[in-house]
Amino acid sequence: MEIVLDNLDLVALAFTYTVLLFLIAGVLSMVFGTLLAAMRVGPVDVLNKATSVYVTLVRNTPLLIVLIFFRIAGPKVGLKFGFVEIEIGEIRITDLFTACVVALTVYTAAFVCEALRSGVNAVPLGQAEAARAIGLPFGGTMRNVVLPQAFRAAVPPLASVQIALLKNTTVCGIFGVSEAFFRMHSFTNSEPGERYGIFISFAVIFVFLVEIVSFFANQLERRWRIA
Amino acid sequence: MRLIKTKAAVAGVGLALSMAACGNAGSSDESSDVQAAEDCDGKFEEGSKMAELADAGEVTVGVKFDQPGLGFKDASSDVPTGFDIEMAKLLVADLCIDPEDTDAVTWEETISDNREPYLQEGRVDMVLATYSITPERQAIVGQTGPYLVTGQRIMVKKESDVQSKEDLQGEEVCSAEGSTSIENVEKEGMVPASAPDYTQCIEDLRNGSVEAMSTDGAILYGYAADNPGEFKVVGPEFSEERIGVGYPKEEPEMCEWINGVIQDAYDDGTWAKAYEATLGKGGAETPEPPELDDCKAA
Amino acid sequence: MPANVLFDSPGPATIARHRIYTVLAVIGLIGVLAFVVWRLYANGQLEYELWEPFLTPAYIEALLVDGLLVTLEMAFSAVLLAVVFGLIFGVGKLSDHAWISWPCWAVVEFFRAVPVLLLMTLVFYSYGVNHGEGGAYWTVVLSLMVYNGAVLAEVFRAGIQAVPHGQAEAAYAVGMRKTQVMNIIMLPQAVKIMLPAIISQCVVALKDTSLGYVVAAPGLTAVGRLIYNQFENQVPTAIVLAGMYITVNLLLTLAATWAQKKFVGEKKPLEVSAVGHLDDGRAV
Repeated sequence: MEIVLDNLDLVALAFTYTVLLFLIAGVLSMVFGTLLAAMRVGPVDVLNKATSVYVTLVRNTPLLIVLIFFRIAGPKVGLKFGFVEIEIGEIRITDLFTACVVALTVYTAAFVCEALRSGVNAVPLGQAEAARAIGLPFGGTMRNVVLPQAFRAAVPPLASVQIALLKNTTVCGIFGVSEAFFRMHSFTNSEPGERYGIFISFAVIFVFLVEIVSFFANQLERRWRIA
Repeated sequence: MRLIKTKAAVAGVGLALSMAACGNAGSSDESSDVQAAEDCDGKFEEGSKMAELADAGEVTVGVKFDQPGLGFKDASSDVPTGFDIEMAKLLVADLCIDPEDTDAVTWEETISDNREPYLQEGRVDMVLATYSITPERQAIVGQTGPYLVTGQRIMVKKESDVQSKEDLQGEEVCSAEGSTSIENVEKEGMVPASAPDYTQCIEDLRNGSVEAMSTDGAILYGYAADNPGEFKVVGPEFSEERIGVGYPKEEPEMCEWINGVIQDAYDDGTWAKAYEATLGKGGAETPEPPELDDCKAA
Repeated sequence: MPANVLFDSPGPATIARHRIYTVLAVIGLIGVLAFVVWRLYANGQLEYELWEPFLTPAYIEALLVDGLLVTLEMAFSAVLLAVVFGLIFGVGKLSDHAWISWPCWAVVEFFRAVPVLLLMTLVFYSYGVNHGEGGAYWTVVLSLMVYNGAVLAEVFRAGIQAVPHGQAEAAYAVGMRKTQVMNIIMLPQAVKIMLPAIISQCVVALKDTSLGYVVAAPGLTAVGRLIYNQFENQVPTAIVLAGMYITVNLLLTLAATWAQKKFVGEKKPLEVSAVGHLDDGRAV
């Protein structure tokens, strides 16, 4: 426990990386996942099938393997992110960080797509029928009628997906990002006697972060609730 | 029951991999011939661990399998290679056991986390696995030596201008996640970049994702030797590791014996020859043998 | 909702437009695939020698026996233990006594929120390192037991609450005790509802066994790592490993779908959020 209190700056930096991974991959996966979902339910049969294949493949692959793809196998086929080199104070966004973000995004987007699809499925049939009845095309039906409601219905599963993402960022600790898991492991190595205290401190911070995400999701759900 | 099954499965991996090995040559020349001593009757004091091992004609040594130059096992060979292994062979041979006989000598892989438990449980008779001598470890297991003093150093690409760790302040330096080395990297003002293992560090260094990698100098020389012309080890050591032999705490008589064998190797030049055949291949000059600790002090 | 509700049956103009979209999409997809294959080829990743290990019987055996089999063993042991763990804590959460329900709630919430990797490291250092080669194996099983158990506790709670109220009321009416109602009436019905969710959880557990990587546990990923460290064939290894995980997980998903049809019928599958009080999510 002492080592955690003595190195609060390092802990803060580590969780900054965790939160950054979470936020960047979170936003990107929402964007990418929404695109996928649109293709998944859209009228073009080929895209339909292609996204379905993507979702099936990614959802059934362990995140670790996805990370191995982008972080270890990627550079072998010239997939490098050397162009990324951002430094803000002590925070360094490097190519290794980027590779991790890409892997997390690719992985999480498949789950976002599924969550949104379940949201679309939850929209009552009559809504889409009414939209069509007043002459809205597919784009209009989706944009103005179905998707806004689908997003509402999808808030709880989306929150689950994003919470899972938050926890999944820890895997990046082995792949070159000095985030929370990396820091915890380094603390437990230098002070093996304090490992329970160290674990509890980091675990409690994670519980706290998860509760924050869950709180926002609840607020959103309440505000957007369909009568 | 599951435990036994798992053990069998793990042993199976090694077996399957070595059976299928595709002639990865180039490692056999790293080991030297060590002849087993003859006639151990009465050589060791009755009831000592050495006498027990010599009588049984079997010994289990805990070594590393993943550190070229020190303790490394190619999937295609039965006996690991490296400086640790050479030292272990000398000890084994002194027990009148043929070090090349894999029926008599079991090379058990130990990782950093399980060396003390293995010695305490008696799964291994001694440990030569880049095993640094520290007071914390000496409190629970026996340790003597050192037969090698080394320290953490830095390896960069051949064409790099980096001279020492001072040139790397605020730069990414790779080391294995969860290792002591990566903590030292951070303490010395460099930015730690973690990787699952040192093989990946080499890849990251090659790709230019990191400026340098850092771990024990002896290990780095091993990697430099494995990839000739690609990397160089630079700068002074910034930590001191005294690599020694671990033995069970309840067998203190082993200490004098181990020191004796190592001292003989110092005196007759075997130690220097072993160094040249293993770590020396990476370009390290053969140092003076380190002075051995006094057994009573330990 | 069937997709065709979202748009009218296309007229001639729309059909023509869709045809153009389809052609564009096909060209795009083929382009992406071709690019990937070209990258693989240009970087020599399609060379036979890099793929050779996966055509060598001894390596196939290592992948299947020491890799896949051990991974499956770990996953199923973890899920079996997790079912027990989940049952205890899930039922515990529904207890009328605050001194039982509250600690159960805390344990479940805590372990659902803590990343498995953190848990694994802790279990490894406090248990795994002292238990020889089986130590890492059991570290993975125990960590996954606790995590999946916490998720399943929620599944059990939701499953029990999904049993119609009338069932319990009728049981009380004929004079059963609380434990009898739970054991004889509620649980047997709840288990049927929960079975698909439990099988789905196997997929999660199976994927998470790969995290044993950090504690040098055996399994598919560990064998893969041995292979790519020896042959430097990271790309082919990653592809083969992913293929194996996907195949097994698809079979599990098929089983879950079958169980869903057989035991639950057309009702919505039971879904439980990964954390918090949301009731409609699903663990990833």
